[in-house]
This record gives sequence, C-alpha cells and structure tokens, in this order.
Amino acid sequence: MAVKKTVGMYPAFDRSGTSTRASHYCAGCGHGIIHKLITEAVTDLGIADRVVMANPIGCAVFGYYYWDVGNIGAAHGRAAAVCTAVCRTCPEAIALAYQGDGDLGAIGFNCTFQAANRGERMATFFVNNGTYGMTGGQMAPTSLEGQKTATTPLGRDVLNDGYPLHVCEVINQLTAPVYIERVSVADTRRIMDARRAIRKALELQRDGKGYAFVEILSPCPTNLGMDAVQAAQFTNDKMEREFPLGVLRDQSATATARPAAPAKPGPAAFFTSNPDGATDAAPDPSFAEQRLKFAGFGGQGILSLGLYVAEAGRFAGRYTTWFPSYGPEQRGGAASCSVVVAGNPVGSPAVDHADVVICMNLPAYERFAKDVRPGGWLIVDASVPIAEKPVGVQFVSFPAIQFATERGMPRSANAVMLAVLAASGATGLDRRVMEQALAASFQKKPSLIPKNLAIFAAAYQQAGG
Amino acid sequence: MVKFVKGNEAVVIGALYAGCDYYFGYPITPASEVAHAASAWFPAVGRGFLQAECETASINMVYGASAAGKLSMTASSGPGISLMQETISYMAGAELPGVIVNVQRAGPGLGNIYPEQADYNQAVKGGGHGSYQCIVLAPGNVQEMCDLTMLAFELSFAYRNPAIVLTDAMLGQMMETLRLPEAELPRPETDTWAVSGTPATRKNLITSIYLDVAQEEAINRTLQEKYARMQVEARAEQYQIDDADVVLIAYGVSSRIARTAVDKLRATGVKAGLFRPITLAPFPTAALCAVADGRKLLVVELSCGQFHDDVFFHLAKGLGRVVNVGLLNRMGGALIAVDDVVARVKEL
Repeated sequence: MAVKKTVGMYPAFDRSGTSTRASHYCAGCGHGIIHKLITEAVTDLGIADRVVMANPIGCAVFGYYYWDVGNIGAAHGRAAAVCTAVCRTCPEAIALAYQGDGDLGAIGFNCTFQAANRGERMATFFVNNGTYGMTGGQMAPTSLEGQKTATTPLGRDVLNDGYPLHVCEVINQLTAPVYIERVSVADTRRIMDARRAIRKALELQRDGKGYAFVEILSPCPTNLGMDAVQAAQFTNDKMEREFPLGVLRDQSATATARPAAPAKPGPAAFFTSNPDGATDAAPDPSFAEQRLKFAGFGGQGILSLGLYVAEAGRFAGRYTTWFPSYGPEQRGGAASCSVVVAGNPVGSPAVDHADVVICMNLPAYERFAKDVRPGGWLIVDASVPIAEKPVGVQFVSFPAIQFATERGMPRSANAVMLAVLAASGATGLDRRVMEQALAASFQKKPSLIPKNLAIFAAAYQQAGG
Repeated sequence: MVKFVKGNEAVVIGALYAGCDYYFGYPITPASEVAHAASAWFPAVGRGFLQAECETASINMVYGASAAGKLSMTASSGPGISLMQETISYMAGAELPGVIVNVQRAGPGLGNIYPEQADYNQAVKGGGHGSYQCIVLAPGNVQEMCDLTMLAFELSFAYRNPAIVLTDAMLGQMMETLRLPEAELPRPETDTWAVSGTPATRKNLITSIYLDVAQEEAINRTLQEKYARMQVEARAEQYQIDDADVVLIAYGVSSRIARTAVDKLRATGVKAGLFRPITLAPFPTAALCAVADGRKLLVVELSCGQFHDDVFFHLAKGLGRVVNVGLLNRMGGALIAVDDVVARVKEL
C-alpha cells in the first residue's frame, strides 16, 4: 500500500539544524499526525500563504521546523493573544494557535478563554496528552485522577490538585465560538474524525466565520512511561472516559463573516477638523507668571473651573498648564487643581506658593488658604465659615454656590466663581478671554453656552467687575 | 494647529500620527486616560482598539501585531508594566518593535497613584530576563508626550527593538498646549522579516529560541552590537548651561521642577543650569560628560536614586574617573518643591 506523501511541510527540516526528514518527536507521539492533518488541510484549502501559526511552548515549540506557513513563536500560554493581534491587524491572515494542555489549560487558560469569548477570527488546536511533554512529564491540568506524573509521584490527588480540566466544556459556556469539537488521534478511525474536524475549523477560518476550537487527545508514550500501543490504549480507554469525544457546538452552517470596518479619515484630517481658535503661545517676559490653586469637593466643578482659567490663558496667548489632584474616590472626594499662566514655558505645573487660591468649601480652605503668597488673592465661597479674616492677602468672599442655586443652575457655581475671579483682576486675564473659555468648554452642549454666559455676566456685575 | 490636551492624550495623538494600527491595553490609574483617548480616537481614524483582559495579554497582543509587521502599542503603570516584562524580553529576543508607555506611579507593590520615577531601572536596565536593552524615551512636557511617542515608533521599527516611553503621573494627567505634528510618518517596510499572512512573508520566522549555545551567544552579541549602534540616537536638552557653575540633572517631571529652580536661582545670582536627558537608553553619556566636567552636579529625581546612580556610572564611564554627584529626591508620590531644590543648590 502506498503511503500518502505529506504535504504542506518543508521538504527538508533545515530549521532543526539537521537536514534529515526525521522530526524531533518521540515514536508513538500524536503531534506528528496532528501536524500532518493540519498542513494537509491547509494545502488542500489553498490557504498556506495566509496562515500565521502561533507556535507554543512545549514539544511543539519547534513546529516551525515543519510547517510551511508563517510562524510566530509565542510566549508560554499566549498564543491566543498573539493570534488576536494577527487576525485584527491583518484582515487577510488566518491565525492559528497550536497549544498543549499546560500552555493552554494552565498558564494561558484565561488568554484562550477571553479570545474565545471575543469570538476572535482564529482556530485553536488544543493538544491534550494529559502531561507536560518537553518540560518532563509533570502534572497537566488535564492529568487524570490518580495519574502518576513527575510532580504527582503518588498520583493526582484531587483534594490537593483539583480535577482534570474539561476545556471544551468550559469554552462551550461562551456565546461567541462557532465550532467546538473534541477528537483523538490514537487510532486510524479516530484520526479520520480528527482530519474532518481540523478541516472544518480551517474552512471556517478560510471564510472568516469566527472562532473554532478543536481539542485533540494525543498519546505521549514517553511521559506516560508506556510504549506506543499502551499509550494509544491509555488515550482511548482512560482519557476518553474523562474527555468524551464529539461535537460540542457546530454553527458553521449559519455563521457569517464579520463586515469590514468602514473607511475613515486619517489622524491629520480628524484632529485638525475642529480648531478651538487658540493659537500657540508666544514668549512675553513682561507677563508676570500667575500660579493658581482651585479646591473644593468633587462634583463642584473644581477641575472645570481650573480648566476655564487655563483655557482663558491660552486664548490670551499665554503658556498654560493645568494639573489635577483628586482623591482615589472618583466622585465626592476632595478635588483640587493647579493652573499656571505664564509668559514663558511653564516649569513645574504644581503650585506650592499660589498667587490665587480659590476655595469652594471648608476643607479646601483649611488645607490651601495658607498657600497664598503674601499679597496674593484668597477667594472663597461665602458658605465657608471664616472666624477671622486672613491678613496679608487680598480676601474675597462671594456666595457663588448660593448665587448659582438661586438662579436654578447649581452646577454653574464654578462659572460664577470664574466671574468673581475675572472681576477681581487677580490674574491679568480679562473678562473677554474668560468668557471665550467658558463658551469653548460647552462646545459639545451649545444650548448651555448662553445660560452660562448670562450667569457669568450677572456674577461679574455683582462682584463689582 | 494647537490643542490643549492631557499628556496621556498627547501620547495617543502621537501614536496615530506615527501610523499606529492598533491599541491593546488594560486600564490602570494614572495611565487610564491613554486608553480612554485611544478607545475614542483609534476607531475614529480607522484604526483598532481592544481592551485586553490583562496586561499580560496586552503586551502579547503587541508582540503579535509587531510579529505581523504592524504598529501597535500599550500603556500602563507600575504593576501593569511589571506584568509585561516577560514579553518585553521576548520582543527584544525576537527583535520585534513595539511601543510601551509607562505612566509611572509610586511603588513598590500597589503603592499609590501619584508621580514617581522609580521604574527607571526596570525600563533602562532590562526589567525582564536576559541581556537586552529597550529604547527608553523620557518626555518633559505634553508636546514631547506626542513627539516622543512618534519617535518611539520610528526608532522601534528602525532598530526592530521595543521602545518604552517612560513618563509619570504628572506628565500624563497635566494639560498643556500641543502643536499637532506636521504630517504622519511613512509606513515602515516590514516584509523582509515580519509574518503577515502574505505570500511575501510566508517563509519569515519570528522566534527567540536558540537551543544551540553558540548560536544563542552569537545572537546575544548581535543584540549588543545593535544596542551600541543605537547610541547615535542619544539626545538631551541643555538649559542655561553655558556659564553655569551648578548643573541640575533631571528628566521628566523632575526636570520641570528643576527648570523652575534654575530660573529662581538665576534670579538670585546663582549661575545654575539644567541637563535633561531625553533618551534614557541610549543614555546621552558624551553630552553629559561635556557639560558636567568641572561643575557642581545635583540630580533631582523621584526615586531612591536609581537615575542618580546611573548618572554617576555614565560620568565615570565617560570621564574615566569618579565624579561627585549630589542627590535630591523624594519618594512615595511626593513632589520635590522648587524651594527645596533652590535651598539644596545653595548648600552645595
């Protein structure tokens, strides 16, 4: 009987450093059969140029000796991440992961699980031989209960080591996968079933129809301490009892390829499409640097208030920085920010000695009022109870929160405070740029612009501007 | 044209102008704004964004995209960057490009979310296993967050080597004016080495396994020769150096504080200057030696002195003798006050 010639593999395995046609696999190992089934199907389907194979860690780390396709060596457990990137960045490529039970079921399980859950456009060939091969026969997640391995010398004790991991069944809990089947290569009949399953997984990839997962039970005589026949029998009898063969899911008839993303303008067109009208700052040593601190609690619009002033500085042609500081709590905690407006490029954006400190609540006052430099400005909301008016600084108290609340715009207390700051003349920035900044900040909600400009104008007048 | 953006957002703008095809990332404070901006802007310009399940997956996706000859990046901080070290070593070993942005937070361990510069050794001295060297760029302002991210892609593909943009919580979260890049970078040629699922790249191989000892040593020597060639890319900024008696040496957030300190010192008659490395690897050894010799030196940094020790080492290496270098540092997320720098310089 003629033996069918292997196709899809390199004619000589030069990459192994020898020019023989012998593989590095042990006699009776299933890897060689699985390699052949994959390369034969890849060749028959005419997809060899498109295939990118993520080579694993373990015995199949040298898959690239044999497979005449694009090969990428992946770190232990990470073939699914590599394939995710390949199929997402190369729309024409067919990404395949070839992984053993330690690689996929232990260190890389979440990587595979998440890729399956995303329904990546890839196929995974999961070779389950119940032990670590190249590393030397240690316990795998799929080792059977009682199985003796290099790290379970008394046999796998489920109380210590847990139970054999049923990977197909776990993957089958997910919505996205299109095709999931467990097969075996332990005898001829099973090999023909495996051949069919591998082809189906590859056809799905050829057609871009989504995630396919094929688990392949495979004998490992060397690490099971058996001969080839015994290892095949172990696979058929013991492993199949734990890992029954069969199709767990097949949606290949109804699965469709994902549509390509529509074309979009490039970054240059995108980022220049919506200019805010500010120009680059120009050096002006005559402009005295202004260092401002804004503080209150989260939700009072403190960070936005600082941003209004920073933007106003930009509209005035100044160098500006804005630097936030807020507690780990995203909402409701203390919030503060530092703003520097300068005639030269700004050094430190953190404000230690402030020309202006604005406090919207008592804790902010207690913490930051002392940071005002002598002669600087301390502006507080009138709700802050102050026993003694501070000396040596220019002090302003204004009921910004009350002013905004009474006008039905409690969230605009910061716009009111901006007007108070503008009216004080503390910053060297005029009313016009403050208003420009306020309007610019509501670019995405234009209906709010007139309301905020109106309350700004009212507050400006009230504050004596 | 200018925009007012956070440093973390400027990173994304730079990446897109560099031609970055895909962003793979996992959120962590204070780097999350990079992912936020990327999730909005990458798809808006026809590129891809994926929130990976963890940092290990993120960096392996970068590895996979790079292996396929595509431009990709990830960004993280502290614990997340530590998780990536294995695969950064793989990238170096397989000679793959790829850009990793580290918005440093305080450590060790979970630490906190405030600025530190204590990942210096991890970035500059390897971080993962084996003898390898990343390209490490250190932005000093929001403009450079963009520009150096572009440069990171450029150098990373030119040398087929991972590049790290080493920044910090302050630079990432502060806003400043950004001038948009003039033009997008040309796409690098990758068919000679990448595995892209095309006929032209089918015979290419991406791997870092060399069982043969002689071959592994040869690969190591080739890598070291490449790192030596990268030295021409070293760059630094000098501020008020020419007549300086005292030179402050700082990068990133600390360089901004040092710069303000230089201005304050000069206002009181002290001739101070600032030497700011822009590339930490390759280190601007020759430029540093040229300005440092015969002057009082003070390193300002936010770590236990990792950068200081490297400055000391590079000066000794470049000058052939040991030079005294002072250190002013803070740790744990505290910033250095400008006044403290000024006071320390006056003590020198």
